Amino acid sequence: MSEGAPAAPRPRPARRSERGPRAGSPRPGRVGTGAWPYLLPAVLVYVGFAVYPAVSTLQFSFLDWDGVAPPAWAGVDNFLRVVTEPLLGRAILNALLLIVFFTVLPIALGLVMTALIAGRARRGAAFYRVVFFLPQVLPLVAVGTTWRWMYSEDGMVNRFLGAVGLGDHARAWLGDENTALAALGLIGTWCMSGLCMVLFISGAQKVDAALHEAAAIDGAGPARRFLSVTLPGLRKEIGIAGVITTIAALAGFDLVFVTTDGGPAGATNVPALLVYRLAFNEGDIGAASALAVVLTVLVAVFVGAIRLLTREDA
Amino acid sequence: MSGAGPMGQSALGTALRYGLLNLLAVLVLLPFAGIVLAALHPAGAQVAGAALPDRWSWENFALAWEAGGFGDLMRSGLIISGAVVPLTVLPATTAGFALGVLKVRGGRALSLGFVLGLTVPVELLVIALYYNLREVGLTDSYTGVVMAEAALFLPFGVYWMQSHFSGVPRELVESARMDGAGNATVLWRVLMPLSGPAVTTLAVLVFMWSWNQFLLVLVMMQDPSMRTPPTGLGLFVGRYGTDVPLLAAASLIVIAPIVVVYLVFQRSFVEGVTRGAVKG
Repeated sequence: MSEGAPAAPRPRPARRSERGPRAGSPRPGRVGTGAWPYLLPAVLVYVGFAVYPAVSTLQFSFLDWDGVAPPAWAGVDNFLRVVTEPLLGRAILNALLLIVFFTVLPIALGLVMTALIAGRARRGAAFYRVVFFLPQVLPLVAVGTTWRWMYSEDGMVNRFLGAVGLGDHARAWLGDENTALAALGLIGTWCMSGLCMVLFISGAQKVDAALHEAAAIDGAGPARRFLSVTLPGLRKEIGIAGVITTIAALAGFDLVFVTTDGGPAGATNVPALLVYRLAFNEGDIGAASALAVVLTVLVAVFVGAIRLLTREDA
Repeated sequence: MSGAGPMGQSALGTALRYGLLNLLAVLVLLPFAGIVLAALHPAGAQVAGAALPDRWSWENFALAWEAGGFGDLMRSGLIISGAVVPLTVLPATTAGFALGVLKVRGGRALSLGFVLGLTVPVELLVIALYYNLREVGLTDSYTGVVMAEAALFLPFGVYWMQSHFSGVPRELVESARMDGAGNATVLWRVLMPLSGPAVTTLAVLVFMWSWNQFLLVLVMMQDPSMRTPPTGLGLFVGRYGTDVPLLAAASLIVIAPIVVVYLVFQRSFVEGVTRGAVKG
């Protein structure tokens, strides 16, 4: 998916492969039925359990349906509700705000660390990589239960504030309407920063050392060299990080479900949570589907924009 | 070396850099240290910050295992992930071979169709998956969840294997063709022996995504004993949310298997994700 990894496999010149094969042997250049048995299993599973449900959800979004009684046609009413009902609009706004914590902060932190460290801290590199990457592999539910406790009144965050003389600011961070969304977002920052660092530092090592030397000879200082040599070389990695983290921010469900369940007072509602609640607790399948469709479009727009901005030839 | 500034080589600079790295490593690991300590307090106790328990209460793990029904959850998790991995990796391998090596009419359109699936959030699928599969009795069924997860991870799998096979030198395939090798021989005898690392990385990523999958299992499995450990933990929080030691022990039980797999296969994880893997 990511722009940089060899996304669409390079098309090979067909002529070259048509040259030479003996009669009787399957010719690689020829369009044949021989390939279909290899494609069929993947295509069947994908169409049956991903494409078909996606199209179904799109159909549901135009219905008024509780999952039991026969559905009624609702036109675009469900989509109007998504943009007019404050509850749903607020959830989308919250998801957009989470991008700051899941995407912007981790990428910024990753770049700062890359500027300070790249290529000059080789000892123990494997250890740091294993540690920084760890949050990426954990089930977000367990990350959530851990941070619930970190943020609780007796938790480590408040203890730390007390220890440095800021005890007056202690509070139940996830239970306070003013801090809940930011506290939730910072869990995302904790999860994603390591990913960004690992990506950027390994990317920076691939930047041609000769470019650095040339820039140094031209009198560019370390900061200048980072901005005009390293940073452009990290375009691809920034794109990958941006896509992964933005999807996590916009479409994330697990973390919110276990930490705040949307509370307090809807301060941390996100689209994924409302899709779940509307579809499976409140029997409002039309609205749930419309919200899911809007969420999908939102993700596609952001991913498309990030890929456009980080194209190697841009 | 590259980009050594005036400070670049100095001992002070090196010390600062490692100080910063260590600080960040501590920030990443601190929450884990916290819940390990919390899990060792007596069940039901108030746990203050990173306090050491008066008595090391190892029995919390047994209590949490019982209370959360983790025996059933672990079994279901292994059944589901154990089926999802081959049911994703095998079709992805053959499809990647067809799209990357064989020339198929409409192959480019098909590749695009899979790539589009990479960014589709599971929320779009889960509503119809539940209500459609309910009609045919595939909710509360391992088959339903396994097929749904395989479909969710196939776009990445096909993309991954296709770009792997496209990168194999063309001459290898062509010389096998000269010797009269058919498609099956080219794939299984010529290409697969070279594909160990690519397949391992894919299998490890799919295992992780499947093990950690939450929403899909929460929706499709109403029977608590057929749910997976993370899903069980998500509901455990609702019942035992105030019992910090018990909850911490349950969280560690859920984290442990994936951490072990990560430590064994850490190169595959990092390589897979840094080359653009997107969580399904």
